[in-house]
Amino acid sequence: MDAVLEIADLQVRFATPEGEVAAVNGVGLTVEPGETVGIVGESGSGKSQVFLAVMGLLASNGKAAGSVKFQGEEILGRPASALNQIRGARMSMIFQDPMTSLNPYLTIERQLTEVLVTHRAMSRGAARTAAVDMLERVQIPEADRRIGHYPFEFSGGMRQRAMVAMALLCQPELLIADEPTTALDVTVQAQILALMAELTRSARTALVLITHDLGVVAGLCDRVLVMYAGRVVETGAVRDIFHRPQHPYTAGLLASMPRLDSDVATHLQTIPGQPPNLQRLGPGCAFAERCPRVMDRCRVERPLLRTISGPGAGQDGEGRMKACHLEEL
Amino acid sequence: MLRFTVRRLVGAVPTLLLIVTVSFFLMHVAPGGPFDRERIVPPEIEARLAHAYHLDEPLPLQFLRYLGDLARGDFGPSLKYKDFTVTELIWGGFPTSLKLGGLAMLFAFVAGVSIGTLAALRQNSSADYSAMGIAMTGIVIPNFVLAPLLTLVFGLWLSWLPVGGWGDEVKFMVLPVIALSLYQVGFIARLTRGSMIEVLRTNYVRTARAKGLPERITLLRHALKPALLPVISYLGPAVINTITGSVVVEQIFGIPGIGRYFVQAALNRDYTLVMGVTIFYGVLIIFANLAVDLLYGVLDPRIRYD
Amino acid sequence: MADAAQTIAVPPSEEFKGRSLWSDAWRRLLRNRAAVVSAVLLASITLACVLVPLLSPIAYDDVFWDSVSAPPDFASGHYFGTDDSGRDLFVRTMYGGRVSLTVGLVATLVSLVIGVTWGAVAGFLGGRIDGAMMRFVDILYSVPFIFFVIMLTVVFGRHIVLIYIAIGAVSWLDMARIVRGQTMSLKRREFVEAARAGGVRQSRVILRHIIPNCLGPVIVYVTLTVPNVILLESFLSFLGLGVQEPSTSWGVLISDGARIMETSPWALCFPAAFLAVTLACFNFIGDGLRDALDPKDR
Repeated sequence: MDAVLEIADLQVRFATPEGEVAAVNGVGLTVEPGETVGIVGESGSGKSQVFLAVMGLLASNGKAAGSVKFQGEEILGRPASALNQIRGARMSMIFQDPMTSLNPYLTIERQLTEVLVTHRAMSRGAARTAAVDMLERVQIPEADRRIGHYPFEFSGGMRQRAMVAMALLCQPELLIADEPTTALDVTVQAQILALMAELTRSARTALVLITHDLGVVAGLCDRVLVMYAGRVVETGAVRDIFHRPQHPYTAGLLASMPRLDSDVATHLQTIPGQPPNLQRLGPGCAFAERCPRVMDRCRVERPLLRTISGPGAGQDGEGRMKACHLEEL
Repeated sequence: MLRFTVRRLVGAVPTLLLIVTVSFFLMHVAPGGPFDRERIVPPEIEARLAHAYHLDEPLPLQFLRYLGDLARGDFGPSLKYKDFTVTELIWGGFPTSLKLGGLAMLFAFVAGVSIGTLAALRQNSSADYSAMGIAMTGIVIPNFVLAPLLTLVFGLWLSWLPVGGWGDEVKFMVLPVIALSLYQVGFIARLTRGSMIEVLRTNYVRTARAKGLPERITLLRHALKPALLPVISYLGPAVINTITGSVVVEQIFGIPGIGRYFVQAALNRDYTLVMGVTIFYGVLIIFANLAVDLLYGVLDPRIRYD
Repeated sequence: MADAAQTIAVPPSEEFKGRSLWSDAWRRLLRNRAAVVSAVLLASITLACVLVPLLSPIAYDDVFWDSVSAPPDFASGHYFGTDDSGRDLFVRTMYGGRVSLTVGLVATLVSLVIGVTWGAVAGFLGGRIDGAMMRFVDILYSVPFIFFVIMLTVVFGRHIVLIYIAIGAVSWLDMARIVRGQTMSLKRREFVEAARAGGVRQSRVILRHIIPNCLGPVIVYVTLTVPNVILLESFLSFLGLGVQEPSTSWGVLISDGARIMETSPWALCFPAAFLAVTLACFNFIGDGLRDALDPKDR
């Protein structure tokens, strides 16, 4: 069966007054139907830009090159009118801040029903019923009354639920969630993630979860991609990545997660240094400056993403890759 | 909503009082009386005139008397145009001024928003630069320069349009309306462009596109209303600017509206007329501002729950 | 697993040269061609107005009986021609420029002082005082100022100082609003709290912390107020209520020029062009400053 999403050698460049910035530098990934993939990286790693490019939502000074296939069909570079057939209907995206991502001047009802009216040619009445139904499924109480409200009358968690509802109304094959819980309270975070997991599982929707928080990834995803400085540095099944990270950056991320069971007196572990300046990436590995295992070779030759075999590969040997000169961490 | 309206109306009273008081005392402080310009009048007759117009009473008393008259809608007699009361003069000229000003504002809004939106949609293209060039021209050429220039070109050189006068036919309205509205067209165009560009960059417009809505719907339903809010806010000052501009435009084109009376009245010390026009316009502006605030409240749901 | 906590001495691959906000803004401003051209143009016009005695030996009220209503002629020395009273228009336009520009600057200064003080005090003190002060601004907003300025000039005569004050007094409202808004948001920022926690006196806090941070929007506003003020002055002069004879301003010249435009269009066009260009320059510079200090990708 066709992969839902196939990205190959994606590059995204932005033209700024100070020169060109390469935000994404040759990223490839595949998403199979129904699977949940986590994309992990810090700010500036390019993780959001990859999917903004996929959706055709890059800022006006951005340009994407490479190949993006949605269900076998090439969509990169196609005009908005063509993309509009897919966006919202077969492929949806939700964003980080639900307050600014919802139109404050329109009711929730309007913003939900218009998706159905546009893509399913439903009448306003039928669309409203379907929307109320969906809001109930995302556990918004008194959905029938609340649907007539404006976004500012909802709490943060409710707004994000509404956005999830909005994205899933047309039962898309793929849902892309860009840091959906970052702006929310911790208690609400877990609920929203559980909700998304359940809804996508029952509808066999593939889910791409973009986050900087490894904890979010652990409970939810089948596979993980770790990105750094616009490139993928490691991929693999989630359990394997957590138990046997094969890239120093991944290891650093894992080590820096504060744990409840650690001794209070220990220092928080960090990855020393700063994220690189994307305008001045050297010839070598972008992580070289901060890497505790750096070798001379790392500074001159950029490690390519390669499939690993041998003791490092996990139970599901497939799709286990890393971009590092080290043989084993 | 009703409470909001009432509150604003009540709040308008001090403003009105301020306008009336200041106008009154300013005019009466001015050196020279209303009759100085004419022939030298023998003292007894001057005294009699003063008495007839209550000018010999102490100032505070005159003020109270005036307030009383105002409450009854009586602005008093014009001191210069002896056969008319100020009320009659104002009512006579108002429909004309209203027509001129109303058309000017309508034109400014429609043209300004269209030009601004076009420029925003084609940002940094030649269409954008030309649109903003036109807008800038409107802003920097004062209406008292534009009016004579337009008259020169279209009235005298090309003879397409009449040089002055006013009537029901469209040809009389074209030049005055353009002269009066061009500044607003420019201002509104720039305002709309800036606002639209910002709105098009918001997260909620990005969401609308992410939902696969046709671009036309994204623009009309998601972008237009938020983009126009600053323009709506500007309508209050726009009314003031239009009124100000009408003073000059009416004079240049010889249009029988209220603005034309004002300057002459000020120079002639026709107190009652000056005050009458000022207060009348003051009330108009207050109502216009109120209407704008109400309109804004209708369009922005967040403000309603105040 | 690697010990990620081990800090390694890493030589910096590049120097991070700190760039202050102001130098960033300056750089952005210089990139704005319209603003730069406008600044140059404005400077040239100002220079010409100031140095006019060096450019032409004629005085602004000299009458040339034999060159009445003469069209522009380089050879005769009447670069812009003469008006219907035989006076040289080039010199008059330059002198008029002096008056118009001075009014622009001085009246704007008046409105700046009033507006910034009002706004900063209201914003900083907050509460009921702020409420009352801004109520006052709201009331004044509804007042048809032009009428009062006209009345003032009629009442007190057309003295130039009165014009400075009157125009300045009607233009400070927006400035006050902006400064108040800025002050209110700055008041809550951490560095102000830090200053207060450190025991700095209120007046010093306003002076050293708040006002400098308001500078950005204030500068933009000043640049956009000047053309409005100049316009207001020309408007008054056009109506015959502005500067008095024998002094002249662009507004007066335009008014005179409009009168004789059929036979001597140059009498209208030159002062009008100078006024329009000056206003445009200020607007472009103001726009440029606004973009430089608060950049949004254009």
